[in-house]
Amino acid sequence: MSAITTGRDSTGPVGAGPSSTASSAGLTGTGLTGTGHLVRLFLRLDRIVLPIWIVGIVGLVAASASAVQGLYSTPALRAGYAATVSSSPAAIVMSGPAQALDTVGGITLFEINLTSALGVALMAIFLTVRHTRTEEETGRTELLRAGVLGRHAPLAAALIVVGGASLLVGALIGLSLLGLGLPAGGSLLFGAAMACLGLAFVAVTVVAAQVSEHARAALGIAVAVLGVSWGLRSLGDVNDNAASWLSPVGWVQSVNAYGDQRWWPLLLPLAFAAVLTVVAVQLGRRRDVGAGLVPTRPGSPRASRLLSTVPGLAFSQQRSALLWWAVGLFLGGLAFGSFGNEVTTMLEDNPEMKDLLGAGGSDDLVAGYFGLILLILALVVACYTVSSVHRLRAEESAARAELVLSTPTARRSWQFGWLAVAGLGTLLVLLATGLGVAVADALVSGSTERSGELVGATLAYLPALAVIGGLAAALHGWLPRLGLVAWAVVAGCFVVGWLGDLLKIPESVRDLSPFNLTPRMPLESMDWSVVGLLSAVAVVLLLLAVVGLRRRDIDSA
Amino acid sequence: MTAPIVVDQLHKSFGSTHALDGLDLTVARGEVHGFLGPNGSGKSTTIRVLLGLLRPDSGHVRLLDGDPWRDAAALHRRLAYVPGDVALWPSLTGGEVIDLIGRLRGGLDETRRVELLRDFELDPAKRSRTYSKGNRQKVALVAALASDADLLILDEPTNGLDPLMEEVFQSWIQRAKDEGRTVLLSSHILAEVEALCDRVSIIRAGRTVQSGTLADLRHLTSTTVTAETGRPADDLTGIAGVTDLESVDGRVTFKVDTDHLDEAIAHLSGLGIRSLQAHPPTLEELFLKQYGERLPAQDESPEALAGSSADTVGSGSGDGDRGTGR
Repeated sequence: MSAITTGRDSTGPVGAGPSSTASSAGLTGTGLTGTGHLVRLFLRLDRIVLPIWIVGIVGLVAASASAVQGLYSTPALRAGYAATVSSSPAAIVMSGPAQALDTVGGITLFEINLTSALGVALMAIFLTVRHTRTEEETGRTELLRAGVLGRHAPLAAALIVVGGASLLVGALIGLSLLGLGLPAGGSLLFGAAMACLGLAFVAVTVVAAQVSEHARAALGIAVAVLGVSWGLRSLGDVNDNAASWLSPVGWVQSVNAYGDQRWWPLLLPLAFAAVLTVVAVQLGRRRDVGAGLVPTRPGSPRASRLLSTVPGLAFSQQRSALLWWAVGLFLGGLAFGSFGNEVTTMLEDNPEMKDLLGAGGSDDLVAGYFGLILLILALVVACYTVSSVHRLRAEESAARAELVLSTPTARRSWQFGWLAVAGLGTLLVLLATGLGVAVADALVSGSTERSGELVGATLAYLPALAVIGGLAAALHGWLPRLGLVAWAVVAGCFVVGWLGDLLKIPESVRDLSPFNLTPRMPLESMDWSVVGLLSAVAVVLLLLAVVGLRRRDIDSA
Repeated sequence: MTAPIVVDQLHKSFGSTHALDGLDLTVARGEVHGFLGPNGSGKSTTIRVLLGLLRPDSGHVRLLDGDPWRDAAALHRRLAYVPGDVALWPSLTGGEVIDLIGRLRGGLDETRRVELLRDFELDPAKRSRTYSKGNRQKVALVAALASDADLLILDEPTNGLDPLMEEVFQSWIQRAKDEGRTVLLSSHILAEVEALCDRVSIIRAGRTVQSGTLADLRHLTSTTVTAETGRPADDLTGIAGVTDLESVDGRVTFKVDTDHLDEAIAHLSGLGIRSLQAHPPTLEELFLKQYGERLPAQDESPEALAGSSADTVGSGSGDGDRGTGR
């Protein structure tokens, strides 16, 4: 219930922003006219996507939480768990602060924190971009705005729909925890915290949507803010300093749901959301529909050499997105890579644990840490790969493909032009990730001993990424309307890769994921037969993509 | 050498919708061929089949002596296309798109590019996202007309252009025709078709209902005559082929089949003609005759709606009540 009340508080500024300024201009109300209609429209458009997000996040969180119950029934077991994770910077980076680990609830939260926090934040980001900048970029906003619709109505409707979804996810997470028999106050508080995190990232995204003309850039900015937030809270939680307080993720974690049970930190994300919403409204007032904050400069009347071929066109269209992804994942690599050495330090401080792991245990643990973070980072790169391959579909449904295919460009050349950029882009983003990890590790450890190995281990995911890209391309070739399936597969790979142990997913199922098949390199050794297998699968999928596209109609509608 | 476009009994369905239901179309070398039909009648679908974007379900399609589905890329060296709804890359300028399309097509004529940009008053340095619909259309037109393609396939190319630009467009199509190029012009703007086209094909519900020169089509219908005569002309009804007779204060207005025009005028002349106006049916009238009153009845069986004249290419049997009165 409390989650819903706080939600109203946060949507308040949406209404307050325009009307407070508008009243001076005598335009009270006009800025939001038609918001109700838009809300209904968005709900209609999202009737499939929204339930997938909500059920997906809540389901995963509830399943993970349920798997933990019963495992730590005695204080001794809990103490063992606490001792293991609270001294492991890697665990804290991935899962959050070590709070209340002497309770089942605390341990549950530690296990579900990454899934629920990233889930809620990514849902907020993707859905908000979908209803703001994507709508504007495709010109649909223009159509709507020409009708009886206030200037701020699209923004307000997006806030209401996605904010509402965040509240719902928060409430359902709280109720699931309650349903598992965890203390009521803490369960609802954690739910409220997740809802507030969602609201904060809805607000971050509406600002990002004002800045850039492109939906992809808005996505990139918002995801980068999420990455930085996660990095700041990791720094703060590992070193036990104030850096966590600079991060929305840090704020909502500081409620310590099954420990101190503090409600007041939730005022921070709510105030943050309110301020950003006002900023977005003010930014929106200064720009034209369809435009970004930076006015468009006149371009060149003649095409550069680059725009002579399909790959050149594809590259010109993806250059900035590619740059964002590469920079973002380089920074992500730096963030995660910088903790590798702390795993060693931590072990040196704990001779008992070192004994426990036996000879070479320290190296194994460090290698295990890198193996895990590289897997997660490779899955993020997979998101780049899929979104880049999906450009084919975007070109086709926007009827731009039609224009290119009316020239002597064969379908195959058109397809390969875009896929080549997706492939090389994936390689570049993966390389940036590996370099980020390696550079951070070299800086922190003061040695470049592991650097080459880390870059190599990252690049070992290339065949797995080729399989994912090939799958997305094959889907485009045969079933162009089912692009969502490629995202579902990436999500599935994440589930088996990250939650496989927790959810006790059988090894045979996990091995369906090309990312799980790929050797976790610093720990495991290179397995060329897997590389060969995955490459062969990728080639088959690409051939299927060619055959599929050659046979079907170009679907411009 | 056969005609650049030969379509025979083309069928194409999307799910349960029969977009094309036995369409026929022949475009001869060097002619400007008008392709008319109401929205949703299958014009764009036909054009997409001709471009090899859609695969026909059945029927025979030849484009520039090739198979548009199989030989698409090779055939496209010799054609240029302007889509009905031009979508461009928002971040590219109009000039960049023109160059890109030109280069993909294997080069464009620089002199013509300059002339076209000047005539169409298009600013090539603006980014596509800032262009209006008309300006996007101009980008595609400049790209197509600056090419050396033998065949121009234009899908409602002037949709969104203002009347001045319409005139520019017509002069460029005239020029293309003078150069011996073939043009398939799908259009809603009948004045444009009348001004430019040698022959037209009118389609409805995925079938060709009429095809021929404008003169042919006019011949098949009636001429409207308005006359003032010395003595009342009420007994005109007795002459075969006269319909819609109205008589007001000694002025009569009636329609007469072109075949019976001579008899009607001879009759009037016997009554002492004081003034006489006669005009052949406009394309609008032809068009409306085919569609106007029947548009709400889209789902009638195509047989009942198909061609009402002897020159009909479509296979439908004639219909009784709205034909040309033969």
